[in-house]
Amino acid sequence: MTRTDLDHSPAATAPASEPARRPADPDRPPRGDSRAATAFSHLFLLGWAVLTTFPLLWALGSSFKNDEEILTDPWGLPGALRWENWARAWSHARIGRYFLNSVIVVAGSLTLTMLLGSMAAYVLARYTFRGHRLVYLLFAGGMMFPVFLALVPLFFVVRDLGLLGTLPGLMLVYTAYSLPFTVFFLTAFFRTLPTSVSEAALVDGCGHFGLFFRVMLPMARTGLISVAIFNFLGQWNQYVLPIVLMQGEGAQDRWVLAQGLTALAVSEGYAGDYSGLFAGMAIAMLPVLLAYAVFQRQVQSGLTAGHLK
Amino acid sequence: MRHGKRLFVATFLLPPLAVYGVFVLSPYAQAVQISTTDWGGLSPDYSYVGLDNFLRLARDPYLWNALGHNAVLLLVLPVVTIALGLLFASMLTVGGRRRAAGVQPVRGAAAYRLVYFFPQVLSVAVIGVLWKEMYAPNTGLINGALRAVGLDALTRPWLGDPDVAFWCVLAVLVWSNVGFYVVLFSAAMHAIPRDIYEAALLDGAGRASTLRRITVPLLWDTVQVAWVYLAILALDGFAVVQIVTGGGPGFSSDVIGLRLYSTAFGEARFGYASAIGVAMLFLTLSVAVLALRLTRRERVEF
Repeated sequence: MTRTDLDHSPAATAPASEPARRPADPDRPPRGDSRAATAFSHLFLLGWAVLTTFPLLWALGSSFKNDEEILTDPWGLPGALRWENWARAWSHARIGRYFLNSVIVVAGSLTLTMLLGSMAAYVLARYTFRGHRLVYLLFAGGMMFPVFLALVPLFFVVRDLGLLGTLPGLMLVYTAYSLPFTVFFLTAFFRTLPTSVSEAALVDGCGHFGLFFRVMLPMARTGLISVAIFNFLGQWNQYVLPIVLMQGEGAQDRWVLAQGLTALAVSEGYAGDYSGLFAGMAIAMLPVLLAYAVFQRQVQSGLTAGHLK
Repeated sequence: MRHGKRLFVATFLLPPLAVYGVFVLSPYAQAVQISTTDWGGLSPDYSYVGLDNFLRLARDPYLWNALGHNAVLLLVLPVVTIALGLLFASMLTVGGRRRAAGVQPVRGAAAYRLVYFFPQVLSVAVIGVLWKEMYAPNTGLINGALRAVGLDALTRPWLGDPDVAFWCVLAVLVWSNVGFYVVLFSAAMHAIPRDIYEAALLDGAGRASTLRRITVPLLWDTVQVAWVYLAILALDGFAVVQIVTGGGPGFSSDVIGLRLYSTAFGEARFGYASAIGVAMLFLTLSVAVLALRLTRRERVEF
């Protein structure tokens, strides 16, 4: 490491404007450039932080205002903590219903995705059989195609199975569209696990099924968590699939949060219940933001895992 | 044991393949077939019309209008998002005071990364509705802010102005994506050995030239991936456009995904909508290949 050589060296304060190739002059007195540049970075960074958080805080603040405050003073703070807005959004505007639907759908589809995805990935990573390469390409190829191309036929496939506007239908579709990335990622992950352990387990009389559930899955825990987080956010935030598939008679009772909130935005625009809309928005975003704040490291690495080598 | 293995492979592979085949593979295959029909959706009857849908598509002014907006997104979104992402990420990882330890992250880097990532965990529905309210003429935060600082002249009905609406949507897309790439690039930058930066520092390299000559070349693989993802995103944009502007006013912020959606589920012209889908597929694939080609460079090992 060159770190110790650099300590207290005058070059460490080399001004930013100096041409790149010129060797630093030890006799030159340090200028204030570096400090100014640091202050400048802070200013930019802080600016973007404000730009990111302020809209969210504004929505949260507005959820406690009454409609008059919202209409006359978009910048002001709420006069009181009006939780009744939240209650109205939860029950009257049915955000609570949509929230529960989202929870049910994602709980089901995430379980199914992880189960089916890890099964397929494990077999593809550890076994050889005829058609192996084709199956792998079929799954991985699904990542390339835009979901739009499938929308029209998908609508009719789901309708013909009698699953249009139902929660199980949505679970199956979420699962199917999460499989390409899940299989792709987990296949690579299972390949990195040592083979000696599984050989030892087989010699000890452990069957293929026992090997998978008792040995391989626990060993793959970190990879499974990354993909699970990735899939959770993708499925929780899904928008196109529910608006296409949750149509038809009575489907409104089974709408998910994303769809319920946008419908609320349209209808509250007419009804003029702005505070109810902001409360609905707050209910939709707070749990996810809180969960993210707690599991920040896992969420960030889970979401970026697919983009890094 | 051989028999057991075969049974095992079959039981583990068939259920996922069945779900995947029914809900993903078969719709893709059917879409291509439907795109050559005049299927209206109401009756099960349809006839094959060959490439008629595609010929009509080439002459459809609404489609070209929407495609034009996607083209602008394709040019602007990746460049702006990647530039901001790289800038903020390099400030976070190597922007700190250059003293004792040579190159340091800026103070509070972890907090910045936490906050920047917020839009990434929010549903596109929340983001869309939030920004629709931000842009609202009377109750919105943006006009409110302009009035508060006395810039009343700049206030406008942002989403009601055909000259501005599309750029408002573009701003939302940039806003919601920058944080992800800050985190992605930061993670990649952490993998670059510190001594490279320290050596550059010793040679008197400034911040700008460090970013341009060291960070970006060493991160190029990641930048390339970012480019492809953002290009694909730019060809979509459906959710944000549909929620924030609905494509209006007067188709001024329409995108090709919204064309497909309203052609299919608004007008029930399924044959034509599927043709748009097939066109989108080819567009996406060629843009992805092009993005990889254009950004190809010699790889730097470290």
